[in-house]
Amino acid sequence: MSVAKPLPHDAARLHVTGAARYVDDIPTPSGTLHLAFGLSTCAAGTITGIDLSAVQDAPGVVDVLVAGDLPFANDVSPSNHDEPLLATEAVHYAGQPIFMVVATSHLAARRAARLGQVDIDQTDPILTIEQALAANSRFEDGPRIYQKGDAAAGLKKAPQTLNGTINIGGQEHFYLEGQAALTLPQDNGDMVVHSSTQHPTEIQHKVAEALGLPMHAVRVETRRMGGGFGGKESQGNALAVACAVAAARTGRACKMRYDRDDDMIITGKRHDFRIDYTVGFDPDGRITALDFTHYTRCGWSMDLSLPVADRAMLHADNAYHLDNIRITSHRLRTNTQSATAFRGFGGPQGIVGIERVIDHIALHLNADPLAVRRVNYYADAPCDSVQTTPYHQPVTDGIINTLTDRLVETSDYTARRAAIRDWNASQPVLKRGIALTPVKFGISFTLTHLNQAGALVHVYQDGSIQLNHGGTEMGQGLFQKVAQVAASRFGVDVSLVKITATDTGKVPNTSATAASSGTDLNGMAVQAACDTIRDRITEHLAKLHQVSPEAVTFSGGMVTVGNQKITFADAVASAYVHRVSLSSTGYYKTPDIEWDRIAGRGQPFFYFAYGAAVTEVVIDTLTGENRILRADILHDAGASLNPALDIGQIEGGYVQGAGWLTTEELVWDDHGTLKTHAPSTYKIPACSDRPDVFNVALWDHSNPAQTVYRSKAVGEPPLMLGISAAMALSDAVSACGPGYGDLQTPATAEAVLAAVLKTRA
Amino acid sequence: MDITFRLNGEVVSLTGISPTTTLLDWLRETRHLTGTKEGCNEGDCGACSVMISDESGHRALNGCILFLPQINGKSVTTVEGLSAPDGTLHPVQQTMIDHHGSQCGFCTPGFAVSMATAHLNGTTDHDTQLAGNLCRCTGYAPIIRAAKAAETQPVPQHLKNLRIPNGQKSSGGPAQPDGGRQPPHHIQPATTDDLAHWYAANPDATLIAGATDVGLWVTKQFRDLGATAFLNRIDDLRGITDAGDHWRIGAMTTIADLEAHFASHHPSLATMLRRYGSAQVRNAATIGGNIANGSPIGDGSPALIAMGAKLHLRQGDTRRTLPLEDFFIAYGKQDRRPGEFVEAITVPKQPDTLRCYKLSKRFDQDISAVCGCINITRDGDIITDARIAFGGMAGTPKRASRTETALHGQPFTAPTMHRAMEALALDFQPLSDMRASASYRLQTAQNMLLRYLHEADGVQTDLQQVTA
Repeated sequence: MSVAKPLPHDAARLHVTGAARYVDDIPTPSGTLHLAFGLSTCAAGTITGIDLSAVQDAPGVVDVLVAGDLPFANDVSPSNHDEPLLATEAVHYAGQPIFMVVATSHLAARRAARLGQVDIDQTDPILTIEQALAANSRFEDGPRIYQKGDAAAGLKKAPQTLNGTINIGGQEHFYLEGQAALTLPQDNGDMVVHSSTQHPTEIQHKVAEALGLPMHAVRVETRRMGGGFGGKESQGNALAVACAVAAARTGRACKMRYDRDDDMIITGKRHDFRIDYTVGFDPDGRITALDFTHYTRCGWSMDLSLPVADRAMLHADNAYHLDNIRITSHRLRTNTQSATAFRGFGGPQGIVGIERVIDHIALHLNADPLAVRRVNYYADAPCDSVQTTPYHQPVTDGIINTLTDRLVETSDYTARRAAIRDWNASQPVLKRGIALTPVKFGISFTLTHLNQAGALVHVYQDGSIQLNHGGTEMGQGLFQKVAQVAASRFGVDVSLVKITATDTGKVPNTSATAASSGTDLNGMAVQAACDTIRDRITEHLAKLHQVSPEAVTFSGGMVTVGNQKITFADAVASAYVHRVSLSSTGYYKTPDIEWDRIAGRGQPFFYFAYGAAVTEVVIDTLTGENRILRADILHDAGASLNPALDIGQIEGGYVQGAGWLTTEELVWDDHGTLKTHAPSTYKIPACSDRPDVFNVALWDHSNPAQTVYRSKAVGEPPLMLGISAAMALSDAVSACGPGYGDLQTPATAEAVLAAVLKTRA
Repeated sequence: MDITFRLNGEVVSLTGISPTTTLLDWLRETRHLTGTKEGCNEGDCGACSVMISDESGHRALNGCILFLPQINGKSVTTVEGLSAPDGTLHPVQQTMIDHHGSQCGFCTPGFAVSMATAHLNGTTDHDTQLAGNLCRCTGYAPIIRAAKAAETQPVPQHLKNLRIPNGQKSSGGPAQPDGGRQPPHHIQPATTDDLAHWYAANPDATLIAGATDVGLWVTKQFRDLGATAFLNRIDDLRGITDAGDHWRIGAMTTIADLEAHFASHHPSLATMLRRYGSAQVRNAATIGGNIANGSPIGDGSPALIAMGAKLHLRQGDTRRTLPLEDFFIAYGKQDRRPGEFVEAITVPKQPDTLRCYKLSKRFDQDISAVCGCINITRDGDIITDARIAFGGMAGTPKRASRTETALHGQPFTAPTMHRAMEALALDFQPLSDMRASASYRLQTAQNMLLRYLHEADGVQTDLQQVTA
């Protein structure tokens, strides 16, 4: 069977030769036009005048549009219809598109877009969490509150309490391929869209609205993205809609891709958070009561902020069983880029909150933080009494204790921690630190109806197979994993399976490839489609050869029918001449999930994915500079469909998570202008930032939940393994003085030095 | 302008090009070779990496900020040219597949080119060679495994003779629409004398050396550069010569060459220069450009000031020399007259008491928040001379004169250093920006003095030397 094989990415050869096509590489018809947005340079105010004559007159400009020129819906919001493509009167952030230029080249459009004169009557922007709270600028009418037990009473009775605050920075996706779209006008006003998107159906939906067309008139195709990470779940809408409108007006193909600076200035990022906590605990560090307040900076429009903030609340427990817990969540509206989906979708921020609490307790008790973690862990399954999450979902698949034991052993945690303490005692300038942090991540879209998927599989007369499903490929290897499922269902080599671009004309009403769900949902849908065709072939061959259907099996490229073996191709050919349909759709919806997101109660998740990481770091107490020396990871991908691709997700997720919490710092000035809008100023990890020693292993056990071949989702959970780097930095800081360093994130060198000094204050 | 170069083995001659067309745009839009990617359009991500070969060897450069005249007379290999003509993959391409080194694949062509360049040059310091290629998917580990796996494999035959054969160089001469009645608007002179005379007559022109900064004027700011002179073909403006008691460094010497030159004499300087920028940037950027640009945070200047370097300027046939620190007058203002250009820098030979400390948010390929260069000479335990210069602490690279005074004649001890640290707070009033706060800059600059003392005392201070 091809499942479980460590096959390379399906496009690996195309990648390394430069032959893999991204949107900007697709050959375009002659006369293709190019678009750029003119952006607001101020964060809040009212437009009082727009003079675009210089833009009109610029070389190569064909058309210039403002909001009033849009023929139908002026909206690119994925949720609340509160996100105009082009600003109408109010300006909500510095970077908001106000007009769009259509020109004969990308460069001509970009140049002309700088020439607009927009008069804005400026008002004081609301930029920070504190400003938003003071102005009561928020989404929803008040904070959401989830609770279990009685946190207030528990805190009163607690033997000891601590409180504190951790600020958690946002994160720029920095997909290497910027946002891009290409629209090709068709006859009768129809539109074909190539979009670098995780959500082709959303693009179809928004383009149809913008053109005043039914969805059937718009077809969206996505072969691959050059990275997504959540940043292409909703942020591609604006480009596709702008191109579609321009293509409809001009009758010419239109393309738009953001220059990197525009991309970073216009699009949303990971939500930054402030988390306040008060925790009660016993002398062993066992948490007896915990009160969290999450402050989420959502930016100017709603986008996906509500489910992001929900998921942060749903991960406030991480891997810890909490009896008395209350989580209050404020979703704050600010005059900044509209924060959006980013790998983990709020989960990472929620987990940073509880890991920080554990770290604080451990330092207060002068205990190994790992010991405090262990006394609070959920029990492994099967356990005698049912433990529930703060949202009252029973945890029935726990493995974190055993997984931690294994990792402690393989990473030699205990001996290394002792050796580090000795080393630190002898070092006046440098200090090392080590930390183990767990991850428990809930798998399913929390908007329950999204947990569905479709597939379309064709088997051709020659035995070759064409595969299509609603998932999109952004580098995660989804297409290959699903192709391995298809090949396994037919018992053929994966080379017989042709992977095709995601296409709303083939599989409709798809959910975003998000929430780590791509393989779980689409793999099952493809399995269903393949099984339908296989069963038809089976029935045909059984009848033809007078054997029972159980005597027909598919394996090794052959079909066994009773005593004889024929090739898969011959079996298919036989089915064809006997007029058996060799094409089928497939459909899947996740069972057993239902919850109330307002009450914070129910079963939002089908299952949990687990993992843990041990990170060792060294810091320089003169400057706060730091480095990851070693990371050891044990991660649960269930029965892996492709161990090589899964390990790739884990390695990459860890480094991306560590980057988020260390060097990746977004800085806005007092006027709300983003100052870090290019790789020269926004620093994602570079090659030498990866751990010197990097050991990654899979926890190779079947998923108890009935997933595709009992695998587990692996896209998002590993990002949170990077939290161990921040906790290791905190451990190193703790070697510098008696006080709690109160390390904030991102733990830049400057933040680390501040924490070092705080331990000595 | 007219240029001739080789592209993946094929000789290409272009006439009447716009001199500020980037190689990346030409490849993608004119030549429809879309394997080379645009990731940032400012030379920071490496997705546009191409291999440039000439008499001096092979190097990776960022195609997004490489103007076409800069490749005149050279050989260009893009990702499309890495595989053999029969389709056999280059060893680094094959090992990237074998080791799962690509995920989304968008950065992959740039990595493949950087890796193939390193492979051709026989270098195996992969972290250094790949510091300028960003990947957001893999976490780099599989890419490094791929690079290691390819180390021992032979260079493919078709990449063995990439240097452009003699006789195929274009003059780089201007295509003059007016038949030569007007002086050329864009030139690519072959000698410093030619440059000097033309520039004296065209003092408003833009001189283009490595274009690692000027490139962004074009790709990001859309500035019209006016008349331009491309300096890359002036051989007598390049290189380092031994002039007895000092080194003479031609303005067009690249940071990569400077780093190699000082590796044995001044290892701390070379280590800092390794972090000046990525391999692609160090291969393009020149020390003359670094200085003439006048950036307050250009790492070259503080180091050279701390070494007592002198700057040699030329205007026509007139030359003058000044201490490097005197060149920087204020933010954005240098002591450079119209038509005057940097011809060379001279650096006195000296015992290695120089230590260079670069502080940035990310270790590799980042602009310094603070770059401290400290050069303390001692007689026994008494400090006899101190030359200390900082970048990132003022509007220009600047000497810490009060700090130097506080050290002069004092014993080389912690109390002396602490007094010097107090003096340093009088030397500088740094700014807060997206790289660091003012207080952090000052504090770390002060601590760099302590680090110098710690290092001399044998205390371990280098993060890079620590292993798990």
